[in-house]
Amino acid sequence: MSKIEDIKNDIMRISKKDICIMEVCGTHTMSIARTGIRSILPQNIKIISGPGCPVCVTPSGEIHAAMQLAKNDKFMIATFGDMLKVPSGDDFLQNYKNVKVIYSPLDSLKLAKQNPDKEIIFLGIGFETTAPLIASTIKTADHNKLNNFSVLCMHKIVPPAIEIILKNNTDKKVGGLILPGHVSAITGRKYFDFIKKYKISGVVSGFEATDIMSTICLLVKFYESDKFDIVNNYKGVVSEHGNKIALDMMNEVFDIQDSQWRGIGLIKGSGLTIRNKYKKYDAADKFNIVIENIPDPKGCRCGEVLMAKTTPKDCTLFGKACTPSNPVGPCMVSSEGTCAAFYKYDL
Amino acid sequence: MLVFPLVRVFYEVIMCLAVPVKVIELMMDNRVKVDAGGATLEVSNMLMPNTKLGDYVLVHAGFVIEKISEEEAKDNIGLWSEINQK
Amino acid sequence: MNSKHITMNFGSGGREMHQFINSYIVEKLKNGVLEKLDDAAVLNNFPNKRIAMTTDSYVVSPIFFEGGDIGKLCICGTVNDLATSGAKPYAISLAFILEEGVNIESLRKIIDSISDTANEAGVKIVTGDTKVVEKGKGDLIYINTCGIGFIDEGIDISTHNAKTGDLVIITGPIGNHEVAMMKSRGMIDFDIKIKSDVAPLNKKIEMLLSNTKTIHTIKDPTRGGLASALNEICEHSNCGIRLIEENISIDRGVQAVCDLVGFDPLYLANEGKFMIICPKSDQKHVLEVFGPFSKVIGEVFEDEKKKLTILTKSGGVRKLGMLETVQLPRIC
Repeated sequence: MSKIEDIKNDIMRISKKDICIMEVCGTHTMSIARTGIRSILPQNIKIISGPGCPVCVTPSGEIHAAMQLAKNDKFMIATFGDMLKVPSGDDFLQNYKNVKVIYSPLDSLKLAKQNPDKEIIFLGIGFETTAPLIASTIKTADHNKLNNFSVLCMHKIVPPAIEIILKNNTDKKVGGLILPGHVSAITGRKYFDFIKKYKISGVVSGFEATDIMSTICLLVKFYESDKFDIVNNYKGVVSEHGNKIALDMMNEVFDIQDSQWRGIGLIKGSGLTIRNKYKKYDAADKFNIVIENIPDPKGCRCGEVLMAKTTPKDCTLFGKACTPSNPVGPCMVSSEGTCAAFYKYDL
Repeated sequence: MLVFPLVRVFYEVIMCLAVPVKVIELMMDNRVKVDAGGATLEVSNMLMPNTKLGDYVLVHAGFVIEKISEEEAKDNIGLWSEINQK
Repeated sequence: MNSKHITMNFGSGGREMHQFINSYIVEKLKNGVLEKLDDAAVLNNFPNKRIAMTTDSYVVSPIFFEGGDIGKLCICGTVNDLATSGAKPYAISLAFILEEGVNIESLRKIIDSISDTANEAGVKIVTGDTKVVEKGKGDLIYINTCGIGFIDEGIDISTHNAKTGDLVIITGPIGNHEVAMMKSRGMIDFDIKIKSDVAPLNKKIEMLLSNTKTIHTIKDPTRGGLASALNEICEHSNCGIRLIEENISIDRGVQAVCDLVGFDPLYLANEGKFMIICPKSDQKHVLEVFGPFSKVIGEVFEDEKKKLTILTKSGGVRKLGMLETVQLPRIC
């Protein structure tokens, strides 16, 4: 705790101006909430959440499409656990018996081998940390000539969402970014250099309280001295250029496309699609899946929360109509959702 | 009747959770055994094929995704002191 | 008994059932009362004390798990519940709901467990019942118990009694039962050594209460874990509680599983731990009885918002709400 005390004292010494720091990654949202860091920081430093929760940004129409597939006994839907309780209207994936929760996407290949009479469809959700894993899984399926497996590809990438926020940051509300540690482990620090053109700092951070506090200290230092840079504060894990094998695999299997973000809308060049070479593993293509445009529930402000325009407490549904056991929007139910973090941990 | 799914499943697995672990065994078919300081598991090294015995690595959803420094490993208090006591 | 499996006939109240009860259940559990096999057990020599009564149903799956089984669990759960009121367990009723087809050998093992645990806890099984449901209408074995115990003069222990300034003590590391259940269901592929902490704690409470009569609250943090149980206490006692994260012990296997899958150990079930809330002057008695694994993990203070909060290892403070959604079904 004394290391944190030292960093806190540094911050107190340097920090004069009001600053709003955005944490981009859902895992940071939870770490910050769980460690209670907000309660240690001085009042002039605010931490707000950004769009880094892959479950939260998956459009209702895509969840709905997954549910339609789950109704068909020919299919088995394999998914990460967080997807089970994300609402689409009044419905949830966990209501369907053809849905199986798995720990690793490779488990869906095992399911395919064990159930040759069914098609196993994996719900491909996640950012750059997860996409290479699905790419590797697709390549393995291809190598093993597996025919009853496919992926409903809903992967997105982080930079275009950050750009939208920073383009709208003309009032300089956001003074610095805590950059995702695990995405950066795959992509490398350099991936975030584009942020420099917005004259704002970004610091790649780990997830322990000391990592986050020292990251905040760096961001405050930059802000106070009117300087900006993209810095790696997670050097034990993140390199300059990332995991080349993972990135190559991701590029081999996926191409970039425009993508809908729940509550935000269309963001150009922000999604991944399976390339032609591996099209036979693209569930949307294989089964002519049409994604409907389903509007978000009335009163739900998840989109604004994800774009750092508002906090959960400003949403009239928060804690009343919208709770973890009765979620209206995804931010309340995802394990990395901002609203879930506020509800569970905030004083 | 409560029926549990056929394969290893998890009731609530967090997607972006990557955990630092130590490589304790190299296995066949691109798999390695890792120690998470109290739990051992087998994961794929397809994204980090040069993973070596004794490496400290980050594991995410059944894959090794990056090597981590010993210092970073040691900063994970408790986890590392347990592993290194072995 | 000829059949290796329970049949519908077994539940009919006829010869087969009587044979099994006499040859096995009574043999194992006889205590001067049970073997009369009357429809109601007549209990004599009641002390002139307040009576505590509890009931529970056990639907745990699987019925045999790492560190225990449904038999051990049902006795421990019952005597521990009685102990939370400061009562000495006296007698337990035992009702089985068996699924047609369940293995007789499994049933014998469960009865053995019940016998061993009842002896350890010093409590009698005085009456019982057996029903059989058709295959598919149950899940091997369900058990219901009802337990009664007696409370000594001067003891007043309740979740409504926590007072400002009281200490919150946990009697050992948390989360073991729920992680053991996950392991037993084959839900985790990780290779870990883990056992349920299921154990009868009534004798330890008896020892504690022979040394001090000023314990305010005893609660076993079962479903929903430490956090849910303490939230309940805050609500009932109109108080706030502040925990200290650093002081809460978690076995490394449990912590590793929690790290890997994102469970919060503060919400995981325990079946062999107590939280004891008492004045500071009682701390030494509690630690003496429960040994070196017991720790002071927090304090009660005045708070009209009745919040449970935790001082994290990094020096921050956060809320600990009630468990909102099920982490794992049917763990007890």
